[in-house]
Amino acid sequence: MKELLEGSLAVAEIVRLCKPGVISAYPITPQTHIVEELAQIVANGKLNAQFVNVESEHSAASTVLGSVACGVRSYTATSSQGLFLMAEVLYNIAGMRLPVIMTTAARAISAPINIWNDHQDVVSLRDSGWIQFHAEDIQEAVDLHLIAYRLGEDKSIMLPVMVCIDGFILTHGLETVNMPSQEEVDKFLPSYKAPYKLDVTNPLTLGPLVDPEFYTEARFALNETHKEALALIPKITVEFSKVFGRNYNGLIEGYQMKDAERVIVAMGSVCGTVKDVVDELRKKGKKVGLLKITSLRPFPASYIYEALKNIPKVAVIDRALSLGSFAPLAAEIKAVFFGRPKMPKTISSFVVGLGGRDITRESIKEIFRLLTGKEKQGEFIDLKPELLKESYE
Amino acid sequence: MFGPLVCKPGSSRNNKTGPWRTELRPKFLKKECIACNMCLVVCPEACISGQGKNNYDFDPDFCKGCGNCAAVCPKKDIEMVKEDSA
Repeated sequence: MKELLEGSLAVAEIVRLCKPGVISAYPITPQTHIVEELAQIVANGKLNAQFVNVESEHSAASTVLGSVACGVRSYTATSSQGLFLMAEVLYNIAGMRLPVIMTTAARAISAPINIWNDHQDVVSLRDSGWIQFHAEDIQEAVDLHLIAYRLGEDKSIMLPVMVCIDGFILTHGLETVNMPSQEEVDKFLPSYKAPYKLDVTNPLTLGPLVDPEFYTEARFALNETHKEALALIPKITVEFSKVFGRNYNGLIEGYQMKDAERVIVAMGSVCGTVKDVVDELRKKGKKVGLLKITSLRPFPASYIYEALKNIPKVAVIDRALSLGSFAPLAAEIKAVFFGRPKMPKTISSFVVGLGGRDITRESIKEIFRLLTGKEKQGEFIDLKPELLKESYE
Repeated sequence: MFGPLVCKPGSSRNNKTGPWRTELRPKFLKKECIACNMCLVVCPEACISGQGKNNYDFDPDFCKGCGNCAAVCPKKDIEMVKEDSA
C-alpha cells in the first residue's frame, strides 16, 4: 500500500513487519524517530517483542548480541557517536557470526559536534565485518531492511547487516512509500531459525579465547563469507523482485551509463540529486551518468570494474575522510583498476557534503565540469576559504 | 564459510596445550612421596593426578612446566628436568 511516510516511520514499520523478538536501542539524533516509533508500536501491542531500554549504545549493541545469540531475531539502530560507542561490540557481533540488523542514520562525527548528515560514522566502521548497505531513498531504505534480514540470517552467511540511511535527508524526509503487506513479507522472509544458539540444555560457548592456532582461520572464514555474500545478494534481490515487484541489483546501480563519458560514483541520498542533474545535462546532449554503490561491504569490485572500465572520466564523491590519506571510497574505486587491462583515463576524487552541508545541483554540475579538466585528488567542493583564516600564534 | 566459531563444552580437553611448555618438565621421582597432595593442589593446570604414596604423575598434554609442584614438594621428590631428558 502506498503511504506518505517520514523515513524513520517507514523504517519502523518495515521492522515491525519483520517481527523481531527483541529491540534494544538508545536514542540519538537523527535516529530517534525510528526507535520512538518502535517503542510505541511495541507498547500498543502491534508487535510482540521485548523493547529493552538501556543506558547507552554499548549496552544496546550488547543486548542484541545476546538476544541473537539466544536465537531471537533482533533489531537496533543508532548514529554517529552512538555507533562509535557500539564499535567494540559490533566487531564482536560480526566475529561471533550473529545476524543483528541495524539501521544507522549516517551522521558526522565530533569534534566539532555536528548532528547533520555525512558518511564519516558508517564509513569508519567499514572494517567491522558487518555487511553495509547504503540507501538512496526511503523506498530503498525500507526494501534494504527486508533484504538485510534475509541475507544476514541465511545459514551460509550468518553476518550482521547495517542499513545506512542518510540522517535527516532520509530519516526526516517524507516520501510516498510502497509498504508491503504482512503476507508479502512473510513470503519473502521466513522466521529466524538459528543454526547455533545459547541453550541451557545444549550448552556451547560463543566468542571464546582462541590462540594463534585458530584466530587466522576465524578471520579468514569471515572474509570468505563476505565473498559468498557478494554472490548471494543478487540472487536474493531476484527473489525480492518476484515478491515485491521492485528491481534492485543490491550491489551497484548504473544510471545512464551506456554511452556515458563522464560518470559520478556515489553512495546514499546524493544519488537522487546526481540523477536529476544527469537528466538535466542529458537533455543538453552531455553524456553523463551515475554509478551508485549500494553495498559498500562486501565491496563489489568486479561489478564496479565492468561498469566503469570503458568510461573515460570518473568522479568519486566521498562524504567522509580518511584523514591524512586518500578519500576512502575514491581509494577503493581506484584500487579496483590497478593491474587490470582496462581503466578510465582519469578517476577524480571529490569531498562534498560534510556535516550536513547541502549538496546542490550546482555542486554536482561543478563536479561534472571539473571532470573535463585534469584529474583531481581529494578536491573539496563548496569549500569556504574565508573561514580558514583564524590564527592562534 | 565458518571458521573455529562455536565451541561445544569440553573443548579444552581436545585442544592439548602441552606444547606451550617451557624447556622444563617435572619428573616425579616416586621415592620419598608421602601423598600429601600438595603438588596436585598447586598445579594451575590441574594436570597432576594420583592417589597413595609414590603414585603421582602429571599429564604432559597440559603441563606448562611452571615448576610449582617441584617447588612445593616437602620431600623434594619432584625435580624439574630438561624436556628431552629421561
